[in-house]
Amino acid sequence: MDIKVNVRESSDDAYVVELGGEIDVYTSPKVKDAITELIDQGHYNLVINLEKVRYIDSTGLGVLIGGLKRVREHGGSVNLVCTNPQIKKIFDITGLVKIFGIFDDEVGAQKALA
Amino acid sequence: MVDSRIGRVELRIPNRPEWVAVARLTISAVANRLPFSVEDIEDLKLAIAEACTTVIQAGEGEGTIDIVCETDLNELRIHVRDTRPGSADVFQERSEASGIEGLGVFLIQALMDEVRHTADPRAGTELVMIKRVGS
Repeated sequence: MDIKVNVRESSDDAYVVELGGEIDVYTSPKVKDAITELIDQGHYNLVINLEKVRYIDSTGLGVLIGGLKRVREHGGSVNLVCTNPQIKKIFDITGLVKIFGIFDDEVGAQKALA
Repeated sequence: MVDSRIGRVELRIPNRPEWVAVARLTISAVANRLPFSVEDIEDLKLAIAEACTTVIQAGEGEGTIDIVCETDLNELRIHVRDTRPGSADVFQERSEASGIEGLGVFLIQALMDEVRHTADPRAGTELVMIKRVGS
């Protein structure tokens, strides 16, 4: 079981958190740490790229929701990049499609932050 | 002669986060004995992970999670038992919870065809999930 977390600055004060692997109760603390660190540094516009994520459960969703709540307190936003149908289905079932901006690519996700 | 699809698999894992992936992989292998779609198998993997995670997050102290899979001609029944005696019916608590706390049990109920849970002060808490082929 693995999770890869890659954080990079994109443009216009936005940061991209690129995730790969499986996000579950074991690996989600690592994702939470990365997002929390960015927010603590004052970065409130985030793109979280889930294109390379094979699996996500409710603990992973909880981390994303927690991050969104925190950035919104500062007028920021979190957009997701997601193309995996199984993961999109989970966002659909839980109604999170109404809360997150979900895009097919990073360019679209970044543009929508502006 | 017994149909090759009928069987029973038992698995006991420590109630720690690093073991949930083992439950997911086992369910995937067992589900492959039946003609489930790829999407159904992904649903089953998520449901077992949510069940184990619910037990882990609710629990205090070391313990085990007992998982029993029973395959029939066209359905898979999964029993997930928190073996700690005196454990509360965490599945009931979580099904009544709102927000993030209730997401796991909500997903189980959405993805499985049938879900029930029982709590026995001596035997612990048990969740039973059923997924039918082609449902």
